[in-house]
Amino acid sequence: MSDFSVEQIKNLHKRFEQLSGNEETISRENLENIPALANNPIRRQIIGAFFDKRNQHQNEVGSFEEIGFEQFLMVMSHFRPPTLKTTEEERETMRKEKLRFLFNMHDTDNDGTITLEEYRKAVEELLSKSGAIGQEAAKAIADAAMLEVASTNVPHMAPDDFYEGITFEHFEQILKGLEMESRMHIRFLDVDTTTMHCGRSTS
Amino acid sequence: MDVTIVPPIKPDDSPQAYPDTEKANLPVFTMNYPRIQIPFEITLWVLLASFAKIGFHVYHKITIWVPESCLLISIGLIVGGIMHSVHEEPPAALSSNVFFLYMLPPIVLDSGYFMPTRPFFENIGTVLWFAVVGTLWNSIGIGMSLFAICQIEAFGVQDINLQENLLFATIISAVDPVAVLSVFEDVSVNEQLYIVVFGECLFNDAVTVVLYNMFNFVAEMPVVEPVDVFLGVARFFVVGLGGMGFGILFGFVAAFTTRFTSKVREIEPLFIFMYSYLAYLVAELFAISSIMAIVTCALTMKYYVEENVSQRSCTTIRHVVKMLGSISETLIFFFLGVVTVTTEHEWNWGYILFTLLFAFVWRGLGVLVLTQIINPFRTIPFNLKDQFGLAYGGLRGAISFALAFTLPENITRSIRPLIELINVRRTNRNLDTINVEIHCRLMEHTIAGIEDLCGQWSHFYWKDKFMKFNNRILRRILIRDSRAESSIVALYKKLELQNAMEILDQVSGDISAAPSIVSLYEEKKTSAKPKKKFMAADLRNMHDILSKNMYKIRQRTVAYTRKNALPNDSQTREILIRRHASIRRSLRPGSFQTAAVPRSHKYFSLPAGKSLDSKFPPQRLSYTGKPLKPPHLSLSRFKVRNTLFHTVFNIAYSVIKHFEFKVNLLAFSTAFDHISLPFSMSGTCSGVYLHIVPDLH
Repeated sequence: MSDFSVEQIKNLHKRFEQLSGNEETISRENLENIPALANNPIRRQIIGAFFDKRNQHQNEVGSFEEIGFEQFLMVMSHFRPPTLKTTEEERETMRKEKLRFLFNMHDTDNDGTITLEEYRKAVEELLSKSGAIGQEAAKAIADAAMLEVASTNVPHMAPDDFYEGITFEHFEQILKGLEMESRMHIRFLDVDTTTMHCGRSTS
Repeated sequence: MDVTIVPPIKPDDSPQAYPDTEKANLPVFTMNYPRIQIPFEITLWVLLASFAKIGFHVYHKITIWVPESCLLISIGLIVGGIMHSVHEEPPAALSSNVFFLYMLPPIVLDSGYFMPTRPFFENIGTVLWFAVVGTLWNSIGIGMSLFAICQIEAFGVQDINLQENLLFATIISAVDPVAVLSVFEDVSVNEQLYIVVFGECLFNDAVTVVLYNMFNFVAEMPVVEPVDVFLGVARFFVVGLGGMGFGILFGFVAAFTTRFTSKVREIEPLFIFMYSYLAYLVAELFAISSIMAIVTCALTMKYYVEENVSQRSCTTIRHVVKMLGSISETLIFFFLGVVTVTTEHEWNWGYILFTLLFAFVWRGLGVLVLTQIINPFRTIPFNLKDQFGLAYGGLRGAISFALAFTLPENITRSIRPLIELINVRRTNRNLDTINVEIHCRLMEHTIAGIEDLCGQWSHFYWKDKFMKFNNRILRRILIRDSRAESSIVALYKKLELQNAMEILDQVSGDISAAPSIVSLYEEKKTSAKPKKKFMAADLRNMHDILSKNMYKIRQRTVAYTRKNALPNDSQTREILIRRHASIRRSLRPGSFQTAAVPRSHKYFSLPAGKSLDSKFPPQRLSYTGKPLKPPHLSLSRFKVRNTLFHTVFNIAYSVIKHFEFKVNLLAFSTAFDHISLPFSMSGTCSGVYLHIVPDLH
């Protein structure tokens, strides 16, 4: 959180006030009313992530009803890009943070693993806006993905084993090559662009 | 008086001017070399270069230290030396015309076709910056310094004036795609670096063309006016944008054409090559940047064409593009060596050495300064090691050989150990798993969503907008069957097929030498049916075959466990044991789950909506003679045994033992060859940005 510059925090605060209607806290309805988000296939999960206590790094579970600016910023901080000055350990921590964010998006029941059901739901939502893809196909894809995880992480399964679900370690393992820290980021602007848009009113 | 001309009749003992018309024996053996000379020699040269290439890979260690390009040049040198000593001339065909019209397009097409589009457009700003400003910096810097050196009398090159120096510098500073990429690809440096160097190669062609023409023109004028500079800048835009425009135009036309080729599948690949070559030639006609034209054509085309053409055509296209690119590259380096020795050069060591020195210095300086300026604008800045890679990678030049009259000395030190030494950040290229794809998309949507939330947007916003435009308008026009298809699904299909093929290939390598007639026939049949279903007819074919075979195999493997005739292959044995165990477990009382789970769950490859029962009798005999229900996939647990891979392995196993399935399997096994995934994936993966409107080995 301390990595945001003063301008960036000011801009985000302005945005926060816009979203909350000048109140102290934001509720889910405020976020659901953003028109630009309507086309996003996973908007439920994104909104849910803001209210997820696990993303506040305070070892709590559950979800909030409303969040204040601090929590808002905390969630945003997951999307900082690394700079030239970021050391290797900091990069590692960043990676873990971002992976954890994604993991929490999947793991809706807070049990620490992504089960097949949860994964299926995630894939279904992801594919929901891309045309006439049947539920069967989405399930098949989720199944195949689980398979991949299982075969990479537990290659020698005995015939009687079941694969319970993807743990965080397995999740890290399969997404190892993705260079998360440099790909999952937003460029937080120093300039206030909300007043510079024409025709993009986001209430 | 009529005059007849009669051939002089000589006495019989001297040779006659005209032979007798009586007895000429039928020649049994004749030789007519001049008739076939040209194609024959071309073929021999190509073969020779290719043999050299084969030879290098026999000794694998060599290619680690010295890149193939250098080896080819040295072989060329040797051959050239031989030819020189025999006083033969090098093939007269090697003129700069031949190079630019025949040898260069395949290479550029190869690079353009397999370029990863997503990282390219993410870095477009940096690429343009380095290409335009960097090239200007380099050319002017090197030109000026060389001119300064020329003033020194000691080197005896005072006759080269400023314009000629600048011209030469322009040529030298052209970053050459041919050599750099072949090495960079081998080492698989981090993606950012690769993209920036590659993009620079492509774009600075535009700059180089303009500068070259400008300096050429200006060399003849006594005075340079500001108007000319303006015109130069204007010309640059014409060249660059014109190249891109032509490329996009031809790309769209090609995509549109392939929409109607469903009845003429055999010639589909032809269109790709013809249209891209046409783009190149038309650009050359107007003296605009042909490299950019062909690259943008390939980029635009690829995305739409690969959805329209059949799977076989797609494979053919990729394979042929790669092959042509490889041949051209090999030939170019080879001839580089030959021509070095056989043509007359003015070796002025001083000039050459100083050229090298200045090239190094200016390139290094240029990269440093430019990176400093642009790093703040980049989200992932270049560190010093990246900059070194950038600088060093930009130094090699093979294209310049065709333009220059003195050959620049090729830098023989290889780049690969250097890169490994300084540990430039490497990228892991094997990212073609379903999980990665899913999470890539998830990440993109998340970021786009958060950006919308924050009210701040960057290129994800534009990408979203473009994707919507693409889906609504472009795809309707250019694609035959324009359903919006997610890249995840596309990748999933590809992977499934590839896995099936790989396993089959491993186990039974000969099967791919198949009757192509069968598969063509199959395709003709299926292509006649309207494609209303979600999966393509090829896929459905494969699924049908797989499910048929799976049923038969289950019976067969059960039979084998009954007879205790386990195979020698330990892997297949493991599968059998697992299957055995699963069958046994499925017979235990508590294991039959409720019918809520449709049986098609277990078989990923069944077409949507179909179940296993629709074709085959529901009951099968187990080894105890009781009716056997297939093991279920319960909702909460996931049994790894019942996997696609294992079932396909069973197919493969049964193929070894029983060749009854030969015809069916041959049919679909020949339909797919080596599908090179990495670049194709990124091509279809994310679509494009609004900056430039277009579209994977």
